[in-house]
Amino acid sequence: MSRRISPVIPGFGLTLGYTLVYLSLIVLIPLAVMFIHASQLSAVQFWNIVTAPRVLAALKLSFGTAFCAAIINGIIGTLLAWVLVRYTFPGRKIIDAMIDLPFALPTAVAGIALTALYAPNGFIGQFAADLGIKIAYTPFGITLALTFVTLPFVVRTVQPVLADIPREVEEAAACLGAKPLQVFRYILAPALLPAWLTGFALAFARGVGEYGSVIFIAGNMPMKTEILPLLIMVKLDQYDYTGATAIGVMMLLVSFVLLLLINLLQRRIETPN
Amino acid sequence: MSDSSLIAASSANAARRGSAVSRRILIGLGWLVFAFFLLLPLVVVIGQGLSNGLGGFFAAILEPDALSALKLTVFAVLISVPLNVVFGVAAAWCVSKYSFRGKAILVTLIDLPFSVSPVIAGLIYVLMFGARGVFGPWLQDHDIQIVFALPGIVLATIFVTVPFVARELIPLMQEQGTQEEEAARLLGANGWQMFWHVTVPNIKWGLIYGVVLCTARAMGEFGAVSVVSGHIRGVTNTLPLHVEILYNEYNHVAAFAVASLLLILALFILLLKQWSEARISRLRKNAAEE
Repeated sequence: MSRRISPVIPGFGLTLGYTLVYLSLIVLIPLAVMFIHASQLSAVQFWNIVTAPRVLAALKLSFGTAFCAAIINGIIGTLLAWVLVRYTFPGRKIIDAMIDLPFALPTAVAGIALTALYAPNGFIGQFAADLGIKIAYTPFGITLALTFVTLPFVVRTVQPVLADIPREVEEAAACLGAKPLQVFRYILAPALLPAWLTGFALAFARGVGEYGSVIFIAGNMPMKTEILPLLIMVKLDQYDYTGATAIGVMMLLVSFVLLLLINLLQRRIETPN
Repeated sequence: MSDSSLIAASSANAARRGSAVSRRILIGLGWLVFAFFLLLPLVVVIGQGLSNGLGGFFAAILEPDALSALKLTVFAVLISVPLNVVFGVAAAWCVSKYSFRGKAILVTLIDLPFSVSPVIAGLIYVLMFGARGVFGPWLQDHDIQIVFALPGIVLATIFVTVPFVARELIPLMQEQGTQEEEAARLLGANGWQMFWHVTVPNIKWGLIYGVVLCTARAMGEFGAVSVVSGHIRGVTNTLPLHVEILYNEYNHVAAFAVASLLLILALFILLLKQWSEARISRLRKNAAEE
């Protein structure tokens, strides 16, 4: 390892050593143990576990709802960031401070609160039920819970970038005859896209793994509303460690590939041509 | 106010008047999203928690199982947060003060726990320390229990909160550079004097911010802790797990009362966060003016 050490600032060996030891003990070795445990399976066995119909249904549900929630957040997150950065209005500071509530609130609390709201006898759920719409105990309810839990990601990544774009740029475009939608399409969207994608990826990754807020509102019906993390939990309860491990490894690999793709997309956007 | 800023302000005002209608619609939509997504769940938790009156509320919170869950949550927070503070400072120090090969990989590894599902975080410790895990037989021989006991809960909590402090400190310390530390060294301070008298005051608010976020997550962690806790009432139950048990027993009022307690803590954490954030931006502004 080649390194340039600042000649007068001490502590490189100590801090790097401590960081590596701590990370290894808490994060890397335990994760490696999971992969080693999974490698005891033959490729065929692994494939059979992760392509069982119940696992595939959970896979589709988890990634699908996390994707929808990230998209919804991409829209309302951008809206909130825009309103908070560009306008001053009564209550702006309160909204700005409360955006982070989903990060501060324990997910289990969010889960039971949303269930109380959207269950068929809940405050909002009963009106939806009158219209024949079921929210809780369906994929729609799961998406709603994930949208809540990941709400701050897009807002907090887009907000600083938006604040850095001088208003004059938009005004100049408007003076030159651009319509508001054109200003958005040609001026704002390209500047915001990298940050937006970062927020989207963070929300998506968090949504795929989220457990606490979802299990209350999901209903947890196998094949229908059972998410991947719950399936790992079910396998563990049945002492099927191998099955749980295989699903865990598959989940990590799929998330990793998706995040890599988003990262590549981002690089492509950031480097001109 | 200078002339140029007056002109800028008036042209901005003109632009604002021009889009007054869309402005109103967007602010309205913003409020709607806020009320619908953030305010409503909050009101429901408190409302349901109080639906049997204040007496029922306090009875649920002061009941022995709830109190022991509170104790365990505080215990897990008090161990995991300081450990991650020391780690965060050390990691931010080596990442921000030196350049070395593999730094980008190290930063990615520090962030890794954020992209791992909490359930997997619990699973890996079961595979390590569970009865059939790697160290399971050895631990059994020595009569040490990690999973389904306190150490497992603490370990899982540490795992999910590893990145918080480091993540806040790295950009802050990179911005500050090494000049002040170098000056302290040249004036004769030893390593620890430099750290305590120069670095710590500089990163204080970033550190507090990281601690606040770390505490919030440690206090509320559910999935990871749920896997390794074993759900033994009054023994290995944290507050969020206690909420789940009460809820699944259809004891909704008690569940929401305990949830209200967590909600109040969350709001308090938001306040602290706001406060430390304001201090950081004030410091940044001062630094920019100098």
